[in-house]
Amino acid sequence: MEEKLLEIKNLSKSFGENTVLKDINFHIKEGEIIGLVGENGAGKSTLMKIIFGMSVIKDTGGYKGEIKVNGKVVNFSNPFEALEEGIGMVHQEFSLIPGFKASENIVLNRESTKKSFLENFFGEGVTRLDVDANTNRSEKAIDKLGLKINSEEVITNMPVAHMQFIEIAREIEREKTKLLILDEPTAVLTEKESEILIETIKKLSKKGISIIFITHRLDEIIEACDKVVVLRDGLMIKSIPTSETNVEEITQWMIGRKVESNKEKTSDKEIDEENIILELKNFNVDMPGERVKNLNLKVRKGEILGLAGMAGQGKIGIANGVMGLYLSSGEVKFKGEDIKTNLPAEPLKKGMFFVSEDRKGVGLILDESIAMNIAYPSIQIKKQFLKSFGKVFNYRDIKEITNNANDYLKKLKIKCMSSEQRVAELSGGNQQKVCLAKAFTMDPELMFVSEPTRGIDVGAKKLVLDILEKYNKENKTTIIITSSEVEELRMICDRIAVVNEGKVAAILPATADIIEIGKHMVGVGGDK
Amino acid sequence: MNVKAHINKLGWPRIIIGLFLASMYISCPFLGLDLKAALNDTFIRFGMNAVLVLSLVPMIQAGTGLNFGMPLGVEAGLLGATISIELGAKGFNGFLVAILFAIIFGIIFGWIYGLILNKAKGGEMMIATYVGFSSVALMCIMWLILPFKSQDMIWAYGGSGLRTTISVENYWYRILEKVLNLKNINFPIGEVIIFIIFAFIISMFFKTKSGLAMKAVGTNEKFAKATGINIEKERIKSVVLSSMLAAIGIVIYQQSFGFVQLYLAPFYMAFPAIAAILIGGASVKKATILNVVIGTFLFQGILTMTPSVVNGIIKTDMSETIRIIVSNGMILYALTRKGEL
Repeated sequence: MEEKLLEIKNLSKSFGENTVLKDINFHIKEGEIIGLVGENGAGKSTLMKIIFGMSVIKDTGGYKGEIKVNGKVVNFSNPFEALEEGIGMVHQEFSLIPGFKASENIVLNRESTKKSFLENFFGEGVTRLDVDANTNRSEKAIDKLGLKINSEEVITNMPVAHMQFIEIAREIEREKTKLLILDEPTAVLTEKESEILIETIKKLSKKGISIIFITHRLDEIIEACDKVVVLRDGLMIKSIPTSETNVEEITQWMIGRKVESNKEKTSDKEIDEENIILELKNFNVDMPGERVKNLNLKVRKGEILGLAGMAGQGKIGIANGVMGLYLSSGEVKFKGEDIKTNLPAEPLKKGMFFVSEDRKGVGLILDESIAMNIAYPSIQIKKQFLKSFGKVFNYRDIKEITNNANDYLKKLKIKCMSSEQRVAELSGGNQQKVCLAKAFTMDPELMFVSEPTRGIDVGAKKLVLDILEKYNKENKTTIIITSSEVEELRMICDRIAVVNEGKVAAILPATADIIEIGKHMVGVGGDK
Repeated sequence: MNVKAHINKLGWPRIIIGLFLASMYISCPFLGLDLKAALNDTFIRFGMNAVLVLSLVPMIQAGTGLNFGMPLGVEAGLLGATISIELGAKGFNGFLVAILFAIIFGIIFGWIYGLILNKAKGGEMMIATYVGFSSVALMCIMWLILPFKSQDMIWAYGGSGLRTTISVENYWYRILEKVLNLKNINFPIGEVIIFIIFAFIISMFFKTKSGLAMKAVGTNEKFAKATGINIEKERIKSVVLSSMLAAIGIVIYQQSFGFVQLYLAPFYMAFPAIAAILIGGASVKKATILNVVIGTFLFQGILTMTPSVVNGIIKTDMSETIRIIVSNGMILYALTRKGEL
């Protein structure tokens, strides 16, 4: 058990000027289970792509440093070479053929064959499949997992958990597989199923297969892994045996940063706790990758509420669902009044507005001028900026539109040549400000702002947050900010709701300890 | 620098085609052709086709694609024309009645057509082509069984059903010139004026709330949705508008041409119009009035000039063959670069 199966030395990777991994060092011994954790964008998936030899890496200039498998330096240029060396990967998204039987999926492209007469004429392509042998092999692989799954069943008829196991079975069916990478395998599973999966992983490791286990659920890491590797912003923060650490410490490493140095929110606002402006009851949103499941949330009038959570946990889905951009169900009450879901015009008319996380896709018409972008919703919903032409046409009032835009150019310090410039030519930060100007022009009572600082530079981030804070104070507008950066939320929010697995895990005051918030994000909040 | 910017704005394809067209006008005197008549021909054809080309704009702007289903709108216009003749309305009134019925049928047909296109999001152009084709087939039956009685339209000697070609000589032939009392001038002033009116209405429309909503749907559907715009409705609106304009366009075409052509005539109506607007610099997603004007002029100019010039050079009459080669060649050229031109 002492042999180093995989060794990574001084591994660095950058995309253009953007360094995503720097000086990563760790190794895996035979039969060891390593947990890999980190926030979104910490570099987990890039690291896995490098190990598995995905072609994106080569295409973007390869990596620096060394990867050794069994003491031999390797540099895979495609996943097939990695498979050849005994590395298997189970991706977060299933890659099974739905209409095929489990056994067919497991042995796909490695089928046992029988000699066929036609082979002599048409070559290997027409060899007959040896169905019995294939079923046998599949069953053996499933057995290895210590499970009972009918290998003759078609994938579409299986529960999600079984599909996950079939994926793993496919990887270990390969004789050579020595290292298995599991990317968020428990994300789609229930608690019970996760437990079975972790048992399975442990069994596999006893059989000498090493495993890299990526998950955001830290309790699973503690439960299953021998060692945990923590990444943050592309750096390896820690590599430590799980027996020597605990969830709290790991969270701290993951979220890290110097916690004390941050300004803490000093609230001088008076918020009436009873005055609920928005209430969500059993709210579900079917947004791919950001599902919201049976969520309940009350938002007080005049506050800034932060929505925190890991990627894929549903925090982004909430605003998109309320605003009718993705299919939703459940009860939405705004100012005590029921809002019909799935009708985008409805919440807008009632006085809500949404600054989308997808700035370029949803937030702006890139080819239009700044002025028009700002005016669009007001024209459509509030019928502003229109003047009448002989009482026949009501057409846009360019002068008013330009005046309004110039107003905001000054107020929000949007850097541009004029309000007639196309928004496509602006920087990310300035585009975001245009989105905010658009929202402010609508003068909403409640504003959703999703990932306001994503993809904009540090200076602009501060500006955008200041603008939001000031707007909240001056106009008494309720703001709900969704952000992946907890630090930001702590700076400007009154309360922070942590969203995990599609539900609100906890609502904390912004003054709460960042570790506390972090723990709720990784699903171990209630432990203490 | 400034010249370069202007060239880029206009686009090389248009400059090359424009130069080619100019060279043909210049060569006219040398080949013994009448330049004035040639120019006049070009303008008449421009006047006949401009509104049909303009009818493509709403659908392009709303992201519903190039209107390959234009024959459907044309059929609505034909119904308008035949009903007007059936009612015996003559002169400018007859023309107005034809337009009125064309608009009514344009709205009805366009609405149904819009519903179909909403079911075929992403593949509009293919579906549109076949909607256009099948509408022609359906109307072929209709022309035979609809109860038209006017002696000027049904088959002679007491037959039933409409003729393939109906003359409007006694009704509203070149009425747009007659109404302006410009009998001796051959230049199509009436058509140009009516085109300018419609072009103005369309460009104003795209500055109204409704027009802006339609444009938003065409340029960024997600943005439109987030702005509370009803996407399906805007798309149907654009299709109705396009079909209506196509119906009006064909009536204008007929009053200039002198004949109402039924049965298979509308079959290929869409292709020359689409080729014209593409040559004018429009793309599948964006079209302006200027694209319409430049495109119609260049396309119709080449179409009128090439046969006569080539005939002049090789001294044999094969104008029809050349016209077919040139028009289909230009359509092919325009469609292959519908994204970039």
